[in-house]
Amino acid sequence: MRQPRIIVVGGGLAGLMATIRVAEAGVPVDLFSIVPVKRSHSVCAQGGINAAKNQKGEGDTTWKHFDDTIYGGDFLANQSLVKRMCEAAPGIIDLLDRMGVMFNRTPEGLLDYRRFGGTLYHRTAFAGATTGQQLLYALDEQVRRHEAEDRVKKYEGQTFLSAVIDEGGVCRGICAMDLRSMEVKTYPADAVIFCTGGIGAIFGRSTNSVVCTGSAQSALFQQGVDYANGEFIQVHPTAIPGEDKLRLMSESARGEGGRVWVPKNPADTRAAQSIPDGERFYFLEEWYPKYGNLVPRDIATRAIHRIVYQEKLGIRGQAAVYLDVTHIPKETLDRKLEGILEIYEKFLGVDPRVEPMKVFPAMHYTMGGIWVNAEDQATNVSGIYAAGECEYQYHGANRLGANSLVSCIFGGGLAGPAAVKYARNLEKGAESTSASVYENERKRQEEKNQALILPDGTENPVAIWRELGEVMTEHVTVTRINKDLEAADVKIRELQERYGRINLSDRTKWSNQTLNFARELGNMLILARVITLGALQRDESRGAHYKPDFPERDDANWLKTTRAKWLNGEIHLSYEAVDISQIPLRARRYDAAK
Amino acid sequence: MAEAKQVIVRIKRQAGPKVAPYWEEFALPWRPAMNVIICLRDIAENPVTRDGKKTTPISYDSNCLEEVCGSCAMLINGRARMACSALVDKLEQPIRLEPFSKFPVVRDLAVDRQFMFESLKRVNGWIPIDGTYDLGEGPRMAPEIQEKAYPLSRCISCGSCLEVCPQVNDNNQFIGAAIVSQVRLFNMHPTGAMHAKERIQALMEPGGIQDCANAQNCVKACPKDIPLTESLAEMNRQAWKQALVGWLIG
Repeated sequence: MRQPRIIVVGGGLAGLMATIRVAEAGVPVDLFSIVPVKRSHSVCAQGGINAAKNQKGEGDTTWKHFDDTIYGGDFLANQSLVKRMCEAAPGIIDLLDRMGVMFNRTPEGLLDYRRFGGTLYHRTAFAGATTGQQLLYALDEQVRRHEAEDRVKKYEGQTFLSAVIDEGGVCRGICAMDLRSMEVKTYPADAVIFCTGGIGAIFGRSTNSVVCTGSAQSALFQQGVDYANGEFIQVHPTAIPGEDKLRLMSESARGEGGRVWVPKNPADTRAAQSIPDGERFYFLEEWYPKYGNLVPRDIATRAIHRIVYQEKLGIRGQAAVYLDVTHIPKETLDRKLEGILEIYEKFLGVDPRVEPMKVFPAMHYTMGGIWVNAEDQATNVSGIYAAGECEYQYHGANRLGANSLVSCIFGGGLAGPAAVKYARNLEKGAESTSASVYENERKRQEEKNQALILPDGTENPVAIWRELGEVMTEHVTVTRINKDLEAADVKIRELQERYGRINLSDRTKWSNQTLNFARELGNMLILARVITLGALQRDESRGAHYKPDFPERDDANWLKTTRAKWLNGEIHLSYEAVDISQIPLRARRYDAAK
Repeated sequence: MAEAKQVIVRIKRQAGPKVAPYWEEFALPWRPAMNVIICLRDIAENPVTRDGKKTTPISYDSNCLEEVCGSCAMLINGRARMACSALVDKLEQPIRLEPFSKFPVVRDLAVDRQFMFESLKRVNGWIPIDGTYDLGEGPRMAPEIQEKAYPLSRCISCGSCLEVCPQVNDNNQFIGAAIVSQVRLFNMHPTGAMHAKERIQALMEPGGIQDCANAQNCVKACPKDIPLTESLAEMNRQAWKQALVGWLIG
């Protein structure tokens, strides 16, 4: 029997889980990552990971987890697959626990669970406030073990440029660039699993890491891999504004009792601590008495926007509200939230244990992503799989907090064995693919580099990126108005045209970060259009997608998945049905118990 | 109108691993809450030196920008630290940026820290599970053990502890406090403890724990406040114990 070979692109939680599963099946893995995998963006996940273990005797069940997820996602997620994920979640926690994740413990030595947004149950296992880091390290360590035993070969410091697709439309490997030597090479594989994460950079500033550009997803899209529900972008309600990054302040701060408020008098100049309780407006608790500060993110974000922009109640007229944990005992804060409080303290020089934090919403997550089927993470191109944030399943129109880590590990865990099965069943593997297929792809990518490096243009890529981020953040995040979306699309096309006159201030052949960034930027511009056009078309409000001109969910017309295709260099949107076989549709309201 | 406030940054540059370094100076417009990353991005958008010479953007590693990925470690005014959390207003100017000196330079401020990841391999830095299939819950653990272990598990492999260690030099390849501390972490875990011996053995090989000369620079440089000297002392104890037992029964 021929031994297949599998490539995994991306070494965050999903990519590492896929890698482990493939290696366990006895198939060698080539793992590609821009950064050393231990530095992947999963490290930024803070609050925790959901699983209905019912460890607090509240009567929680996997069905309730499933129901919360579907309801939180405003019924846009394909239900059967989400159900499978929620059923698998308790086993995933057990696995992570066995791998040595230092989850917080109860006095009995069991895992502790806390509350998170969009649920009334203590369902979130956590390791301080650096849960993503701890999970990533656990999987990184397992992969390192497989690497030491020669089942995994890492290609770190490599950026994915394109898939190698043969005449029959089957993926036979990838083309990647070494970020030091800048050498462009192809790597054969029988199946490729993409776990390339988020797209925050398209919005300029976000809670995402630098590598989260969506470049790989966009490159695949331009090779015929469909992209679904791009318009569903999660804006997290609580982040610290910054010029380089909007740093997340985890929902776990509210899960542990943190409260969001503004002074009733926006001109109040007193320090937050000295404003008496009666002069504070706890607007989430007042507007959403049942869920209070733990309403889902889209709801909390819109409430903060309403406070700041309509009610004009932002702190001293600024775009900011207080996130207050000062009433929580210091010992609890240090044991359960230290990781995030330390970030606030380091970057702002203010101790949030003493002084309420000033926060504002920030682009955080894409619910949309590469189209994959509802069975095993396969895309519409044979041999290409996707898992983690880069694909669109699981979260519908809005993701619940602490569901991303579980979807990454579940999706990665599905994709690995699925790719193995596919690769083993192939009649002819990559070894029978003609060398010219690889060589042509390599040349095509090399030419793209030359086209960027050679011309004496006038446009700076960083400047184009900055403008892209501004227009996307202004028009394609919290509130969407059709004429603004149209204007945004015009602007993106103008930026694309300017991109054609780019000038790289670095033309050297060694570790040229400017060239790599320019390539990513070209891809970002195309994905930005997919997001914008998807939002423009969808005339309803659902989950994170909110149009004041169409304020209601419209199931008759819009209970459907947006599926973007790239045909002859143009974006085409089509729509397909959503699986609602398990939970009947109902109105989504968080002001009362559901 | 008063002259706009400026930030002066001096950067040690190097086009590649085998060429000579040189310095360039930049003058950037000051803004509130600037950090070193923002300075480097400003230069990328307008790569012109203070004396008006066109140059190339600075190569450097960065990713999370919130001090949890470990990428952007460098020498800032001579001190090993993360660029993202280095706030300009708290730094003396001109701000001097240099690559770490104990790792091979890739280009400018970017260095190759593969040594650390290889070292994690050397010490079997993992909990050996039987497989990812469902085998039920993990071992119970007292909260006080978790509270001791968790701070150790926050090591971001930034390399600061190696950079400041006098035992990491051209003649000596000490594995470094971060790795020793990771071994302590794995040995604390109930399953990890079953294989503690192998890890301790790895720490007793050349470059291992015996190379620590107790300078205690590591614990001061660690951006995550990991009790590295405590870990070094504990692993030293474990290594001695293992050596002694080996000698007695050997």
